[in-house]
Amino acid sequence: MDSNTISYQTPILTLNKLSYSYHTLSGETKALENISFQILPGEFVAIVGPSGCGKSTLLNIIAGQITDYTGDLKFHDTSMRTLQNQSADLNIGYMLQHDHLFAWRTIYRNVCLGLEIKNLMTDENIKYVLSLLEKYGLYDFKDKKPSQLSGGMRQRAALIRTLALNPELLLLDEPFSALDYQTRLQVSGDIGNIIRENGKTAILVTHNLSEAISLADKIIVLTQRPATIKRMVDISLTITDNSPLGYRSAPEFNQYFNEIWEDLCDEN
Amino acid sequence: MKTNRELSPEQQKYIHQIKLQSFLILLSRFLLLFFFIALWETSSYLGWIDSFFFSSPSAVVKLFIDMCKDFEILRHIGVTLLETLVSFLAVTILSILTAILLICLPKVSKVLEPFLVILNSLPKSALAPLIIVWLGTGMKTIIIAGMSVAIFGSIINMYTGFTQVEEEKIKLIYTLGGTQKDTLFKVILPSSIPIIVSNMKVNIGLALVGVIIGEFLAARQGLGYLIIYGSQVFQLDLLIMSIIILCIIAMGLYQLIQILEKCLQK
Repeated sequence: MDSNTISYQTPILTLNKLSYSYHTLSGETKALENISFQILPGEFVAIVGPSGCGKSTLLNIIAGQITDYTGDLKFHDTSMRTLQNQSADLNIGYMLQHDHLFAWRTIYRNVCLGLEIKNLMTDENIKYVLSLLEKYGLYDFKDKKPSQLSGGMRQRAALIRTLALNPELLLLDEPFSALDYQTRLQVSGDIGNIIRENGKTAILVTHNLSEAISLADKIIVLTQRPATIKRMVDISLTITDNSPLGYRSAPEFNQYFNEIWEDLCDEN
Repeated sequence: MKTNRELSPEQQKYIHQIKLQSFLILLSRFLLLFFFIALWETSSYLGWIDSFFFSSPSAVVKLFIDMCKDFEILRHIGVTLLETLVSFLAVTILSILTAILLICLPKVSKVLEPFLVILNSLPKSALAPLIIVWLGTGMKTIIIAGMSVAIFGSIINMYTGFTQVEEEKIKLIYTLGGTQKDTLFKVILPSSIPIIVSNMKVNIGLALVGVIIGEFLAARQGLGYLIIYGSQVFQLDLLIMSIIILCIIAMGLYQLIQILEKCLQK
């Protein structure tokens, strides 16, 4: 085997029997139990499950925001705990429900926020950010304030802010849920394409099943709290065009939808 | 943007109405002030009120001009203004720094919270005599008296403002690899600028109150001293003039902060 094949097969992220409980004065709540899965480079994985089952908690753990879990979490070959003890730079991008663009900064200064924080405002990186803005139709708006942009444009700007740091792994926590339906379809399609074009590995948490099927290579279905993995489904759609409608009108779409829908109904 | 010529008649009418309304409001304000002064002058002149106790606009203006001749009044105004501005700046800077410290040390702020609330609910004028006993009379005492009125409330307001920054925005900084320092300088402070400015508006007024209280008790100069002196020697022209000057100073200082606010909004 040559080195390329090996690196391709090495998972970027490995979860092994990961469990997590949170504590309040009224008691302990098990949020996640025995979650194990792997994500390969370039994969787009969606996590679906009933509301409040712990999907976002799982992303928080992967992002390194929560550290008191049990079980194993590996980024490449190294345990996340070791990486955090060395305070290594984790190059994981995180996109939240709202764009959280700062009203007092221009779009350009917003998308450069991560570079600024990490002291990476080099000519090369700035050029990359400008090329992303150009490519995704925001270049002419770079000196505008976020309030002058539409919801969809703002969410694209938020993605560029994340991509500016060139993350190896992208975590998307319901990034489209604050948008109206029409914008949501458009933006989720756009963002899915952007992620694919850039060959990014991504984990998407969503309530929206058709969004998950149209965007992901693999769907992980979680159970009611404490969340365990109910099923993993590999998605393969025969599409004619990569528009939101294109994915949704693939012949396999309905079957995936019905299967996973039933799984989710069992849980509710 | 459309130019004036392209505006529809309805739009022109609308703009005209808005302009007319704000002009009428301004005019009414001046008329009210004018009638008040005129009534005051007339009733004093015709003996409806005792001009010894109530003075009169002409007497006030005459006294002001007299006191301008030897720069006496300007010295008093300057002293009060200087004390107010110094205590205002000290309160603003100190309260921002303290609030930053409290937000960085959440446990300490939990411990200190009730003490701050008690100190803030205290009628601050009660502290002035104590400060005078401790520090003696003089400008330093007056400045600290001015600060004592505003500082605790200002710290509480700043701290509350800082804690109201969206949790998710702070999380964003951490997900981008930032530290607590980044959350402070990239999110908390910039998003709190409106709160800082509105807090400044309150502080400038309170600092003036504190300075005047201080001057009542422990000064040989300043408008507060003139007011007390005027009342003790029954020189009510002096007393009323000082109050009017105070009104003008208070208005001017408030306007100053509003100009600052407008500059920051740009």
